[in-house]
Amino acid sequence: MLHIVVCVKQVPDSREIRIHPKTNTLIRQGVPAIANFYDMHGLEEALRIKDQHGARITVITMGPPPAEKTLKECISLGADEAILVTDRKFAGADTLATSYVLAKAIQKAAEEFGPVDLVFCGKQTLDGDTGQVGPGIACRLDLEQLTYVEKVVRLDVEKRRITVHRHLEDGVEVVETRLPALITALQEMNKVRRASLPGMIRAARYKPIVWTVKDFSDIDVSKIGLKGSPTIVAKSWVPEQKPVDGEILEDTPPEEAARQLVDKLWETELPEKLGWDAEREEVAP
Amino acid sequence: MAQEKFDAIVVGAGPAGSAAAYTMAKAGLSVVLLERGEFPGAKNLFGGVLYRKQLEEILPDKWKKAPVERRVVEQRIWLMGEESAVTLGHRNEAYKEPVNCWTALRVKFDQWFADQAVEAGALPIYSTVATELITEGDRVIGVRTDREDGDLYADAVIIADGVNSLLGKSLGIHREWKPDEVSLAVKEVIALPREKIEDRFNLEKDEGVTIEFFGKTSLGMAGMGFLYTNKDTLSLGIGVMVNHLKKKKIKPYEILDHVKKHPMIRRLIEGGEVKEYSGHLIPEGGWNSVPPLSGNGWCIVGDAAQLVNFVHREGSNLAMTSGRYAGEAVIEAKKRGDFSQETLSLYDEKIHQSFIRKDLVKYKGMHEFLKEEDPDLLFNRLPQAANQALYELFLVDGVPKGEKQKKMLNYLKEAGGGAWGLAKLGIKGWRAMNG
Ligand SMILES: Cc1cc2nc3c(=O)[nH]c(=O)nc-3n(C[C@H](O)[C@H](O)[C@H](O)COP(=O)(O)OP(=O)(O)OC[C@H]3O[C@@H](n4cnc5c(N)ncnc54)[C@H](O)[C@@H]3O)c2cc1C
Ligand SMILES: Cc1cc2nc3c(=O)[nH]c(=O)nc-3n(C[C@H](O)[C@H](O)[C@H](O)COP(=O)(O)OP(=O)(O)OC[C@H]3O[C@@H](n4cnc5c(N)ncnc54)[C@H](O)[C@@H]3O)c2cc1C
Repeated sequence: MLHIVVCVKQVPDSREIRIHPKTNTLIRQGVPAIANFYDMHGLEEALRIKDQHGARITVITMGPPPAEKTLKECISLGADEAILVTDRKFAGADTLATSYVLAKAIQKAAEEFGPVDLVFCGKQTLDGDTGQVGPGIACRLDLEQLTYVEKVVRLDVEKRRITVHRHLEDGVEVVETRLPALITALQEMNKVRRASLPGMIRAARYKPIVWTVKDFSDIDVSKIGLKGSPTIVAKSWVPEQKPVDGEILEDTPPEEAARQLVDKLWETELPEKLGWDAEREEVAP
Repeated sequence: MAQEKFDAIVVGAGPAGSAAAYTMAKAGLSVVLLERGEFPGAKNLFGGVLYRKQLEEILPDKWKKAPVERRVVEQRIWLMGEESAVTLGHRNEAYKEPVNCWTALRVKFDQWFADQAVEAGALPIYSTVATELITEGDRVIGVRTDREDGDLYADAVIIADGVNSLLGKSLGIHREWKPDEVSLAVKEVIALPREKIEDRFNLEKDEGVTIEFFGKTSLGMAGMGFLYTNKDTLSLGIGVMVNHLKKKKIKPYEILDHVKKHPMIRRLIEGGEVKEYSGHLIPEGGWNSVPPLSGNGWCIVGDAAQLVNFVHREGSNLAMTSGRYAGEAVIEAKKRGDFSQETLSLYDEKIHQSFIRKDLVKYKGMHEFLKEEDPDLLFNRLPQAANQALYELFLVDGVPKGEKQKKMLNYLKEAGGGAWGLAKLGIKGWRAMNG
């Protein structure tokens, strides 16, 4: 049977996040934590593969113990097993250290539950936002790397080949490759399902598997956590709100507003810049 | 997959539901706690006074850890005139130890309280709406939810889904509340620095104060307002009888806006930032509106059963206690292996012997009184007259005291329709307060 690993990160709900006006740091306290939503699209795709071909789905998260909530949510949707990788020693990790630990965890999951055929990550997280962790894992584990995937077109389990649509800036790339592969998911990929009641009950009873540093036999502690993180946040600030010096034509009928807008634009240096020195034509109402 | 059956399903993780779930789970029963919110308390609100006694009865060891705001050391009652107030109150250090009540916020408290039930073994199923009861003849055998494969089965269902009780209606014991049986309350949580709160309300550290006000502030409708101190927020709200709102065609937030302008209130909330705004119904039908409390395979508790003593703004404590009683009845039913009404009516008996029934019966005439008397008299003319009378009393203007007294009495008589009208009103009011 296929073994699919989904990496899910618990992030602060960015809709409710605020920035401290004095210290300029994120106020995480009191902000509800949610599953990074791109990751849930990855999970959904894994579930669809499971529905169609049969698969075993293992969800992995690295984070503090409250991340258990997110893991339970994944279980309620139909994941088979959920692993919480947690230890004070993992804290403060940048993308290098994070992808190192997650790669180790995926290896360990392969040892315990069978070789991994597919890994899903989100395109990026809502808080860190770098989009580097997925590729980082793929490199370390030598997985075929499929980033920005908006559609899984075909999965041939026999031939161990997968075809996807990658969403690029100027078009869509159709890529076929072999398994094992790592996919980073876009939200266009699918619509995430709602858990069934039996799923909810299973999740309510479920206790995630917990792995701490000690549970890994071959982890290099100099590569994890803050110590293993060369990234330094030198400074962060809130962009200053620029006062808008525009004008809003309110309470003006649309035609009149259009006329006034044209007049005003002609008064600027814009027409000159564009080389429009011709006589203005009267705008037809 | 064979259908799994639980001992009990509790619908609604408010104070009533969580108390029931905790009681049963602790006794080893298999319990599902169903809640439509993303987590318990997510959308729940109350004014803010939580009572120690009934919480301690349920959690004798853990009640001290409850997430509360401030220990209430003082309770004030204000009778509001246009820009004045007659005030009454009581402050006592004795309310601190043992603590009598706290101010609290439901978002935190409900979550914590439900967690106690979960730790005791109840299975939390949140973000899930119970849509109807599953019945077999006249027996309730489970709950249908809005999820796929959403039927749940149990020997007993405890209906704790609050004032609108969809399930009570689905069972036919509940009708839509009449507009005179419920009040609509709106509430704001207003952020204010700790020190400001403590200064303005004359408080130290974790001390808190409650203010209840009525009179001119409810714009001639039957209503009561409240202002409570939390740690670094204030809870300000007002509830008004729905039939009066309908008649006057006033929007609840308009009343609250009006309240915020009253000089007694304005200064206390000045500079505060509104963090939350919400509305909720309060059952105020009293004992006469309480539906049957149990049947074959079910009990109904808390607001869903109209168990609210609105005269004393007690609701959460009645909810918790009723939840506990229902839980105890189900535990007994499990022992006997009989979940019919015969055993579950143990719950009715417990309610009947408790303060819940006695208090509600004492005030059972109150609802009728408020329904029948002219709200403009009770909540506008009389409070205004009382304010005028006291204004007169304290005003030194050379008018001889004897004349003043007459004037004061006249204000009241005029407002109350003469001495006779006033006396009648007094008697009716007295009766309403005393069953
Ligand atoms: C400027 C900046 C400052 C930061 N400061 C701090 C700090 O001070 N302290 C601190 O602790 N962190 C800090 N971080 C966060 C931390 O570096 C990253 O959150 C972490 O390394 C993961 O990177 P990401 O969130 O950008 O993930 P991305 O690379 O955007 O994530 C891609 C995908 O990888 C997977 N993934 C990522 N992280 C996890 C995880 N933990 N578990 C499971 N799957 C995962 C998910 O599928 C995710 O969708 C900071 C990040 C930045 C950019
Ligand atoms: C403005 C206001 C001020 C108040 N002030 C006080 C006060 O100061 N002190 C006091 O003691 N009491 C006060 N009360 C009363 C008190 O809030 C209630 O009596 C008490 O909350 C009742 O508890 P309950 O558990 O019965 O119902 P609720 O607290 O209403 O809980 C019902 C729960 O059921 C859930 N639910 C509803 N329908 C469904 C469904 N179909 N499926 C799943 N879940 C569902 C809801 O989400 C909710 O969590 C006040 C009430 C209001 C509105």
